[in-house]
Amino acid sequence: MGQDAREKIILAVFGTVIAIFILRLFQLQVLDEQWEVKAQKNALRYVDDFPPRGLIYDRDGKLLVNNTISYDLMVIPRQVKLTDENRLELCRILEISDSSFHALMEKATKYSTFAASIFMRQLSEEQHNYLEESMYKFSGFYMQARTTRNYQTHAAAHTLGYIAEVDYNDMEKDNYYKMGDYIGKSGIERSYEKELRGKKGYKIKLVNNLNQEKGSYENGKYDTAAIPGMDLWTTLNKDLQEYGEKLMQGKRGSIVAIEPSTGEILCLVTSPSYDPSLLIGRERSKNYYKLYSDSIEKPLFNRALMAMYPPGSTFKLVQALVGLQEGAVTPASRFPCYAGFPYGGGHKLGCHVHGSPLDMPSAIQTSCNAWFCYDFKAIMENRKKYKTTKEAYDAWREKVCSFGFGSRFDSDLSYEKSGNIPTSDFYDRYYGKGGWRATTIISISIGQGEIMVTPVQLANLVSIIANRGYYYTPHLVKAIGHKDSANTRFSEKHQVLVDRKYFEPVIEGMKRACSAGTARSAAYSGISLGGKTGTAQNPHGKDHSILVCYGPTENPKIAISVIVENAGFGATWAGPIAGLMIEKYLKDSISRPDLEAHICSAVIR
Amino acid sequence: MRHKSQTDFLLVFLFLLLVGFGWMNIFSTTYSGAFNINANYGRQLMWIGISCVSALFLSLLNSQFFRNITLPLYIITVILVFLTAFIGKKTNGATSWLGIGSFGIQPAEFAKYATCLFLANFLSNPTHSLYNRKNIWLSILILIIPVCCILLQNDTGSAIPFVFLVFVLIREGLTLWVLGTGFLLILLLILSILVKQWIILLCITLIFGFLFFRMRKHKKYYLGLFLIYAFTVLYVFSIHTVYDKVLKDYQKERIELVLGRTHDTKGIGYNVNQSKIAIGSGGLFGQGFMKGTQTTMNFVPEQSTDFIFCTVGEEWGFAGSTLLILAYTLLIFRIIKRSEEQRDSFIRIYGYGIACIFFSHLMINIGMTLGLLPVIGIPLPFISYGGSSLIAYTFMLFTFIAMDAKTNSWG
Repeated sequence: MGQDAREKIILAVFGTVIAIFILRLFQLQVLDEQWEVKAQKNALRYVDDFPPRGLIYDRDGKLLVNNTISYDLMVIPRQVKLTDENRLELCRILEISDSSFHALMEKATKYSTFAASIFMRQLSEEQHNYLEESMYKFSGFYMQARTTRNYQTHAAAHTLGYIAEVDYNDMEKDNYYKMGDYIGKSGIERSYEKELRGKKGYKIKLVNNLNQEKGSYENGKYDTAAIPGMDLWTTLNKDLQEYGEKLMQGKRGSIVAIEPSTGEILCLVTSPSYDPSLLIGRERSKNYYKLYSDSIEKPLFNRALMAMYPPGSTFKLVQALVGLQEGAVTPASRFPCYAGFPYGGGHKLGCHVHGSPLDMPSAIQTSCNAWFCYDFKAIMENRKKYKTTKEAYDAWREKVCSFGFGSRFDSDLSYEKSGNIPTSDFYDRYYGKGGWRATTIISISIGQGEIMVTPVQLANLVSIIANRGYYYTPHLVKAIGHKDSANTRFSEKHQVLVDRKYFEPVIEGMKRACSAGTARSAAYSGISLGGKTGTAQNPHGKDHSILVCYGPTENPKIAISVIVENAGFGATWAGPIAGLMIEKYLKDSISRPDLEAHICSAVIR
Repeated sequence: MRHKSQTDFLLVFLFLLLVGFGWMNIFSTTYSGAFNINANYGRQLMWIGISCVSALFLSLLNSQFFRNITLPLYIITVILVFLTAFIGKKTNGATSWLGIGSFGIQPAEFAKYATCLFLANFLSNPTHSLYNRKNIWLSILILIIPVCCILLQNDTGSAIPFVFLVFVLIREGLTLWVLGTGFLLILLLILSILVKQWIILLCITLIFGFLFFRMRKHKKYYLGLFLIYAFTVLYVFSIHTVYDKVLKDYQKERIELVLGRTHDTKGIGYNVNQSKIAIGSGGLFGQGFMKGTQTTMNFVPEQSTDFIFCTVGEEWGFAGSTLLILAYTLLIFRIIKRSEEQRDSFIRIYGYGIACIFFSHLMINIGMTLGLLPVIGIPLPFISYGGSSLIAYTFMLFTFIAMDAKTNSWG
């Protein structure tokens, strides 16, 4: 073989290798795009820029919740260089033992030796000041500012809600959230999370192989700014809310007040409650656990929205209205009451002592049981209109439900319960098809039996009566973003299925109940009120005391429901509380300090 | 066809191009805000200066001078390499640096230069024809001595380029059987790592059975054929023994990585993976000078030395990397072309020698960064950071340019 051929073989071998390299380069650089993505993952870090959360005001612009800066102590384990002396000093400042220092350090190291992790959350003011001075001694540690909530009131804890770090589910549901972010977990914080949180921005940083930041990527060309959260103006009246909680201290129950003309909730008191400031700061989880595990007081249970009670006699207002609408009775209808309503077999649904027979306003005034039983029976047995009891009952139920009973308002109230107005199917299942008549279920006419309502539904009932036939969905937020930018979500008027004209006799009865009837304990000479007591039978103990009322009757400004658990007859405790609340709201002063002191100091269990 | 002797300015130009481009890439990976003469790019600038001065100095010399120094140079460098194995500085598991104060050199780099010269001197003697078996063994001995000393340093990488000098022997008359057999043995090696042993043995037996059948009329070849068969079987068996017992874990890891048997991205696989990410993210035209995020942020290990090609790939893209490879190819092919034109076989053989050395570095270094070959740490001549290597390669290239310029070629 000649030399020439050998040269060519060598050149061919070299050339082949080089051609393979160029093809490989083409594959890596031009055809395959995964490497570019991997490169970005390597070197670019998206650092979140957190916006301040929106503030929360009351209806008059008084601040309820704002933000405050707190500091977390961060650590980068790799950079930690501490002498024994410095370590002990740090332990002293943080008020931890040497062994828990090592445990925390180990936890941080396990997470990453190069990346920063939280060593201690939300340092106290004192710790922060102290560390600020002596940070130079603790290399590898630094403080990171973060905003937390700051409550300007001790009241309305359930309504305002709280924020907490997102959990796995939150992140699953919305990929906006990352580990360590905060989210509204209940109350307004939860219902208005999207408005309050604003929008995170991000800064793109270059990081090197040791995960250290090395400045911004392309001089921040692709960074986005954070958009601050929107402020909220709630419908709450701060003073009224605080006053309500003061009156309810030592008792169980709730107060819900609504402005009838708008559906705005003026106060949403639930008792026992807790100080919202307990659920911020370093002790948050400890405090939460304490509240959570208190099975006797159940301070986390929002009675105003979630407790379901039989409405008792307050339901007679609805029964009266439906009876009028059905044509089963007139305001002048009189029914006899000899200590009760006989429903067959010699049995009687009892009643208390009052004159007899009574017309409708008087029946409301005195809260006669028998009148409403006759009324209910008349509707159910109206065979001119309905072929069967079931058909009559369905018509009755439809009208009752139009008052907002039996379903949630679908409002901005978080974790609201629906209550219960039993369906005819339920009775069919329970008694057998056709196995029930008016008298079988007569007790629901006076708000006992299977009927369940929530305090906010009761307040809404009074609101409907004050409005003579319509309501706006009870809600908590007036304006979003700006004081004048009204929340239009709840501006739809809901008409109930009872005509306006039928409200007058009922209102007349309620007025009389306040002036000379069962509800006179709520009365206060300066303001004309319409109200109705209720006594909800309670299988667990003493009856619940209920009172609903509104005022002033000529121009209703406030509709209120008060429930005091295990307090007996409605007039005893609920009445005076309702009266004081109305006076506080309308007059902003209390003319009966003795009564106020008496109520505040009472403990009812 | 040249008639007059003259300096080959194309080679000089390619040298300057590669060195300049290399420096730009070193600058890009190691510059950190303010100029610092002690950073890699600053030192490299110094090495480039020394190299250029050396190049000018070398151009004054002629081939007779180099012919005279080959033997002493060979002996001195081999001794230095040998000594380094015992008194050298240990870095990355290899003892390849000989320190003189704060200044260190890698004798192995100069051994390549000396071996090329000495081999050329040996083979250019008309009595040392490679058609004589004794001369083949002597030539191989010339290569084996420095290789053994380098292996003593535990620096496998630096030894491999010497194997490529076999191409010089082939050019000078070594039978092509060597090339063919070598190729088959390597193929068998790779197959035995990838495929189960018994399958390979079965295949070999079948092939030889077929050969025995074809040779049934020429029974006199049976003994030879049987010996070859026995050797092959023994070879396959020994591969596994060697692979399991002799190779170190890290070496096995590197081989298996290239063969795609493991997908580790933490250990040695990290280097290769990061290297591919850096090169792959370059796209068609690259991220631009000093804009590569992977290399400027130190994601690629050894990025100014062995993995310098990543910077080229990331910042200059497919276009830039291909141009660099082509410039290299032009340099190597140009050396071969000029060598073939030499009347003096000493210069021709020397030229082939350095062409093979350059090619071996190009192939192993870039093959490694592209994930085609195992991770073997050797520099990319003229591009990678490093004083010893740059000066040694400059010596190699300019010795050729100087000799080439002063002799008449065929024409």
